[in-house]
Amino acid sequence: MITGVLRLVALALFLALAPLAARAEDLAGVVSGLGGDSFAAKEQAIVALGKLGDPRAVPILQAMSDDRLRRAADGRIVLLVTAGGTTKLTDAVSGQELNDVASDNLDRIIVNNRLRGAIEAALGTLTLFSPDPAARLAAALDVLKHPSPDAAALLERAMAAEQDPDIHAAMQRGLFAVRLFAGSKEQELAAIRALALTTDPQIKNLLDEFRGKPDLDPELHKAADDALASINNRLRLTGLAANLFEGISLGSVLLLAAIGLAITFGVMGVINMAHGEMIMLGAYCAYVCQEVFIAVLPPGWLDAYLVVAVPVAFVFTGIVGIVLERSVIRFLYGRPLETLLATWGVSLILQQAVRSIFGSPNKAVANPSWMTGGFDVVGGFTVTWNRIYIIVFCFVVLVVLALILNRTSFGLHMRAVTQNRDMAAVMGIRTARVDALTFGLGSGIAGMAGVALSQIGNVSPNLGTFYIVDSFLVVVFGGVGNLMGTLVGALSLGIVNKFLEPVAGAILGKIVVLVAIILFIQRRPRGLFALRGRTAEAEG
Amino acid sequence: METRSTAGEANAWSIRFWIGFALCGLVLVVLVPLLNRTVAPGSPFAVPDYLVPLLGKYLCYAMLALSLDLVWGYAGILSLGHGAFFALGGYAMGMYLMRQIGTRGVYQNPVLPDFMVFLQYKELPWFWWGFDHFAYAAAMVMLVPGVFALVFGWLAFRSRVTGVYLSIITQAMTYALWLAFFRNDMGFGGNNGLTDYKDILGFDVHQPTTRLGLYLASAVGLGIAYLLCRSITASKLGRVLLALRDAESRVRFLGYSVTNAKAFVFTASAVLAGIAGALYVPQVGIINPSEFSPGNSIEIAIWVSVGGRGTLSGAILGAVLINLAKTWLTGAAPEIWSFFLGGLFVFSTLLFPRGIVGFFEQLRWARLWPGSSNSPPLPIDESVVAKEKA
Repeated sequence: MITGVLRLVALALFLALAPLAARAEDLAGVVSGLGGDSFAAKEQAIVALGKLGDPRAVPILQAMSDDRLRRAADGRIVLLVTAGGTTKLTDAVSGQELNDVASDNLDRIIVNNRLRGAIEAALGTLTLFSPDPAARLAAALDVLKHPSPDAAALLERAMAAEQDPDIHAAMQRGLFAVRLFAGSKEQELAAIRALALTTDPQIKNLLDEFRGKPDLDPELHKAADDALASINNRLRLTGLAANLFEGISLGSVLLLAAIGLAITFGVMGVINMAHGEMIMLGAYCAYVCQEVFIAVLPPGWLDAYLVVAVPVAFVFTGIVGIVLERSVIRFLYGRPLETLLATWGVSLILQQAVRSIFGSPNKAVANPSWMTGGFDVVGGFTVTWNRIYIIVFCFVVLVVLALILNRTSFGLHMRAVTQNRDMAAVMGIRTARVDALTFGLGSGIAGMAGVALSQIGNVSPNLGTFYIVDSFLVVVFGGVGNLMGTLVGALSLGIVNKFLEPVAGAILGKIVVLVAIILFIQRRPRGLFALRGRTAEAEG
Repeated sequence: METRSTAGEANAWSIRFWIGFALCGLVLVVLVPLLNRTVAPGSPFAVPDYLVPLLGKYLCYAMLALSLDLVWGYAGILSLGHGAFFALGGYAMGMYLMRQIGTRGVYQNPVLPDFMVFLQYKELPWFWWGFDHFAYAAAMVMLVPGVFALVFGWLAFRSRVTGVYLSIITQAMTYALWLAFFRNDMGFGGNNGLTDYKDILGFDVHQPTTRLGLYLASAVGLGIAYLLCRSITASKLGRVLLALRDAESRVRFLGYSVTNAKAFVFTASAVLAGIAGALYVPQVGIINPSEFSPGNSIEIAIWVSVGGRGTLSGAILGAVLINLAKTWLTGAAPEIWSFFLGGLFVFSTLLFPRGIVGFFEQLRWARLWPGSSNSPPLPIDESVVAKEKA
């Protein structure tokens, strides 16, 4: 019984290994052909190597193209490998180092341009079998660009060996594209139906080309039409989704920049023109954290710098905000225009201070590895991780802030002081302390926004000036004094901006949005979500 | 009411005022040109040629500050768009100067300015038509900012956009114009703006005599603008403006049209800013989109604030003093300038809200009524009144 099983296993092993052995022999045979006497013989060998689909052929062909291939006197093909200044000789097929061959006993294998072309073509198909997944994917996409009937058999073989589902799918599409132009009617029909489910603009072009073929079978023609219609439809939808995502992404950036302002301007009524500089200081906190991590901690810890930078930025800019409130702004309550001018002055000073300390050029803040890259949702619509994290971060900040305002005693005090300062003071609330803390909270949130912005843009002393006008518009548009308005304002501005961009261009789109807001404020001077009743009167 | 307003007017046009005005005029219009033309260079009293356009530039800034003081100091409208009106007037003048270059440009095109040839324009865009005539350009210098301000102001004031909201939307307007003028396909030279001028009214702009002429035009223009502003503020309309600055709703309930009064003064002030820009451009030799930068507009407010808002003469004084300091500091220690300007913003609003002229007026007030704790009313914002009432 056991021997029976063993025999079966042995048989299976033999069956599995036999093709490998056979292929090794094939490779040796074909490679020796590379040393042929005529160019024609060499070309034949190159083409045969390409058809063989053995990844071991790649370095050999590469070496041949680089003039590093030699033929020994006994007909063996030898590879010159230069590493660290010394040149080694290795057997082309086995890859073993050869010590018994003297280098001056070798014949060069001469290559001409025609052969170089053949080598390139062979390498192209061979990369379908490359151990590097990126190279395989590139090769599969390459087929899609130039579908040639020869590729079909190779693609089928490559698909059988392919483990990665994405690359497998790409190869499948390539195969369909090949069959579209060189298959039987049934195959063509199947290919059209399969390709109709994709969103690749390249496939659209292929189908267009196919539909334009003369004397096309009407059934195929109709199938191609249907396929094109469904691809167009899907492309429109993905375009819409991509715009929407980019809009939400831009909106969340605006929201992050504006949330702090929604507190200092919206809740306290203080026009803080230095708000943009709080964002800038937060971004520099991220930069400093990164530099400290690089200098002090082992390299493996670098990815964690961002996690540390968020609280550091919150505390640092929060303290700067409290100092600003205690030293300047508290003397200007009730004089909003003068607050505007004074805080503008503060913003000039902060900018120049940062410029003097860190210098004017942009500072590089790197994404940690868990924020780099992205994934392809559907053809042509890629979502990057840093954008996703920023959207999530922004909503977390918003929710936490809403909880602080509505569920904590500090939030209660804050709302009380905003609604009726004197009454709040009579009830025993220390209004001055609440003012300072509220301003610190708004500034701290601006600092965290700066950390987030450092992940998607440049960190420079005038970072804040890019956001200040937009943030004010978001707050004014949404309606002063409530977070919901800020949320709706930021998202709608972001989305409208991104939908206008393809139509009008980036700058013109922005101008259109600005003009629209100016007109909107004429219609509703208190914003989308205006406060009503007694609080609104007090603001007036 | 009647007696008050005549008293105000009499006070505004007293002999003392005319003597002071004439003295300042004498220094600017007679003394400076004399020192420039007759005193030998090298003498300590000489005004060298290079200084003349610099002084002219300060006078243009003074005129700009005057226009802001008219709306901010008297009507309580802190416009952050006056830098934009200034630049619009400057662009209108720049377009005239560009057309005067004619075939002397690099590409020697008789009609198209160099940048248009470079951007492959085939013909002049419609909004450039007529700018080869000085009279048309001069009209545009006033009309473009004026109409812009009238439409913008009328819309805003009609919907009762006041206080900081108005400041923010005027800033948004400036920002939008700033972005727009950076675009190459706007037809205004994009990032590089308009420059490389040759003649104005047939005179070479690089000649010292032409520059002196431009300086004189700025000085005379400033004088006329000052008298105009003073007559506006001393008139009944000026009283209405002051009243609506301090209690807008009350003025409205008394039956005055707040919208019309504000729209008028905003437009007049924008026209003034446009003229200042037009005088400024030939003296500095360039106009580009950076003049629209929102920061410039805020800087004007600090000139007015340091000099003393609601005083007219303070605006002129502030503009000249701060720009003198800017010229000196940006040359001597550029790093310090931002600290200095920023500090000035904070310092003047916190400790010196009346500005220089306001401070001396307060002293005089104290001398006239010794022992009284009264002081002249500080220009305040409507929102303060509302806050205090609430």
